[in-house]
Amino acid sequence: MSTAIADIHESPAESSVNYLNASHGIKSWLLTLDHKRIGLLYLGTITTMFLIGGVAAVLMRLNLIEPQGALVEPDTYNKLFSIHGIIMVFFFLVPSIPATLGNFLIPLMIGARDVAFPRLNLMSWYIFVTGCFFALYAVAAGGVDTGWTFYPPFSSSYSHTHVVAMALGIFIAGFSSILTGLNFIVTIHKMRAPGMTWFRLPLFIWAMYATSLIFVLGTPVIAVTILLLAAERLLHVGIFDPAIGGDPLLFQHLFWFYSHPAVYIMILPGMGIISELITAFSRKKIFGYSFVAFSSLAIAIISFVVWGHHMFVTGQSVYAGLVFSVLSFVVAIPSAVKVFNWTATLYKGSISYEAPMLYALGFIGLFTLGGLTGLFLASLATDVHLNGTYFIVAHFHYIMVGGAIMAYMGGLHYWWPKITGRMYPDLWARFAALVIFVGFNLTFFPQFVLGYLGMPRRYGVYPEEFQVLNVLSSAGASILAIGYVIPLVYFFWSWNYGPPAGPNPWGATGLEWTTASPPPTENFEHSVIVTEDAYNYPTADVTSE
Amino acid sequence: MAEHGAHGAHTEFTEHIVPLKVYVGVFLALLVGTALTTGVAYIDLGRWNTVAALAIAVVKMLLVVLFFMHVKYNPGLTRVIIIGAFFWLGIMICFSMADELTRSWEYNPASWTGTILPYVSRFLF
Amino acid sequence: MSETAVNEIAHHPNPTGFAHQFEDIDQQHEAGRLGMWIFLATEVLFFGGMFTSYTIYRALHLPSFVIGSHMLEVQFGATNTVVLICSSLTMALAIRSAQVGKSKSAIIFYLVLTMILGALFLGLKLRFEWYHDYVEHIVPGFGFVYRPEWGSAAPGVQMFMCFYFLMTGLHAIHMVVGLGILGVLVGMAARGRFTSQYYVPLEISGLYWHFVDIVWIFLFPLLYLIGGRYSAGG
Repeated sequence: MSTAIADIHESPAESSVNYLNASHGIKSWLLTLDHKRIGLLYLGTITTMFLIGGVAAVLMRLNLIEPQGALVEPDTYNKLFSIHGIIMVFFFLVPSIPATLGNFLIPLMIGARDVAFPRLNLMSWYIFVTGCFFALYAVAAGGVDTGWTFYPPFSSSYSHTHVVAMALGIFIAGFSSILTGLNFIVTIHKMRAPGMTWFRLPLFIWAMYATSLIFVLGTPVIAVTILLLAAERLLHVGIFDPAIGGDPLLFQHLFWFYSHPAVYIMILPGMGIISELITAFSRKKIFGYSFVAFSSLAIAIISFVVWGHHMFVTGQSVYAGLVFSVLSFVVAIPSAVKVFNWTATLYKGSISYEAPMLYALGFIGLFTLGGLTGLFLASLATDVHLNGTYFIVAHFHYIMVGGAIMAYMGGLHYWWPKITGRMYPDLWARFAALVIFVGFNLTFFPQFVLGYLGMPRRYGVYPEEFQVLNVLSSAGASILAIGYVIPLVYFFWSWNYGPPAGPNPWGATGLEWTTASPPPTENFEHSVIVTEDAYNYPTADVTSE
Repeated sequence: MAEHGAHGAHTEFTEHIVPLKVYVGVFLALLVGTALTTGVAYIDLGRWNTVAALAIAVVKMLLVVLFFMHVKYNPGLTRVIIIGAFFWLGIMICFSMADELTRSWEYNPASWTGTILPYVSRFLF
Repeated sequence: MSETAVNEIAHHPNPTGFAHQFEDIDQQHEAGRLGMWIFLATEVLFFGGMFTSYTIYRALHLPSFVIGSHMLEVQFGATNTVVLICSSLTMALAIRSAQVGKSKSAIIFYLVLTMILGALFLGLKLRFEWYHDYVEHIVPGFGFVYRPEWGSAAPGVQMFMCFYFLMTGLHAIHMVVGLGILGVLVGMAARGRFTSQYYVPLEISGLYWHFVDIVWIFLFPLLYLIGGRYSAGG
């Protein structure tokens, strides 16, 4: 599929009727069945939740400027980190890439008109918004102080905060993600265009498929666990209650059975995006396509047998700990495979450094660092020292922010012209990417050191000798915040004032780039037939543009 | 229509109409299973009561799944999904039990055989 | 070639109920069934959380579970099992009626019969089991009273009853949802929506209904028949 031909025949007039202007009015958005509009509805919702979770983070980091807590009382600090974690995990990271970019891109990338169940898709969004309302009600009514992990017996018996409301919000939002995952699996199985065999799929689709497997297998477990916790809290008796022979650790088993795979829900789509970005901006076929594809599935599967590494020091038996520790080392292997393959793809590629590529390169470095520090935690002996400290906080932020969010930003930038038909200002975008990179490292690298030196997590106060590192971290957080605000501004600006982008401004491969920007409602003007493999860039680096 | 190759074989979900007598036969078998499981409970088989009850339940489930839910006539992806779901449930049960049942094991690195073997042999025999 | 493909599809009109994102009605059928099976897989894990917890506590507190199980009345459990099995048959017959092109009143007849059996299940449960348990003070959280004959196993008995109500309660909620779905199907059938070409909603609702039956097939022995009933007074 030569992109040059598509450019010649595509005139601005042809893309004048697209999914954005095909119908007008708020009802046409709130009752839409178009996966692209639903993706945008989600984009608005999760961006809002991100900002709210970000406010909690800002307050936390401001408080930690001083050893005795500069801003809030300890009880309030408990609520801040709980709200930050809950909102960022359940209401931002888990849905982020799947519900926005996944919804928008999956039908386009496989050559379909829409997802398998468009009405279910819209219902998923409404369910998600309902969950957000429950959560925000809980926040406004005073928040929760249990941590995002809700461990009983504190959450079931002793906390005086709005646990049930928040738990219901998470339950409802989880249900939304189950339906989204279900929709994606059926779509990918049943609605691929003729010629789009499994091994011609873009790797983003493989990543989304693996993510959807986790959605449908893991989320129901946390759903039922949260219901059990809420029941115990309301009835003052339940299955985690030691007074009737219950084991609080059982909650942890059930909770982490989902929540560990959940962290892979958060990173796998990002990895899928990185595969797209690295190939597009090295203008090169991915190295080891089937390895990358299968590693996504391997990560999804193995992620389900490592959850006990969150419980090494909470009372789990040493023998179970041994098993989980070994398996936690194993789960690192497919992730490493991906990093090797991306790096090999870069080798002898024709690399350009637009904003999406800056995010992708940042991802590779930061994800690798975050992933390697996970091995410290997978090892039982070192975990005893590091568990409950800032080392863990740094580890997961490297992966979730340095990894997942950077991939999300890279993906937003890469597909923005497709979604909106407009280009954002590239210089500002590259600047923001660098600001984010610097701000991020300044925020979280000191936290590795703090954790190793023994500063516990979830504390609003700390010994004097940790102040310098904490202040550095807080300074980094303010830079990071600026870094996130800049794209917010220019994305809004570009919506109305950005220069129009053609169907394929990056000269990338992939079915989504063969249709207009923005696409028409039914995605493709003509029936799609696929005859080539993915990432079919010209191998000889003859093109000098 | 040749283009449907990529959609998956049409034979995957055939419009197979199950004969009435198969439905009635399965129904009667399920009733027999219920009577059996109830009746066996009144006989002292020690540990095997549980095994019998679960075995009968599994057979009843298979009857419903294969015939009422047409899985016998829908090979392929459906079976993968069913097996996958139960396999994942198995992971959850086994790994959780691995912790809950080994809490009381004494940690005695000087003698691994002394620690683990008695429990292993007691479980097996 | 793509042009002829589009024309071909246009010349084979699809039945009412066809959704445009699909190529044809067959793809829609397959997608619907696949979707429902995946949903049932999620339900396996959903109930599975409780089954996991049950398995662990039963292994750790078997004597308490035996006592608790003996307090349940086998005749109601067994009767309800039979009721659900009958309802699965009637549900399968409802779908079969559509498949072989029977009149809509045949479909409605079997659907209504299924609803009656489902309602019977819930009625028996509510009136003769749960209400009875409430009066006997063995509903956790609602005036649970420890009995002296339970001895030191008493807390575990309350744990067992927690599982009994949580698991049968979750199951009952699914039954209620199922009754609602059946009601919607009756309405659709009455409007003549189901033909031998298009009965996907019936089929996938049937899958759901059978699944709820299967959950009960496991709940019955696991809750009512623990430790056998051969001891005196069991």
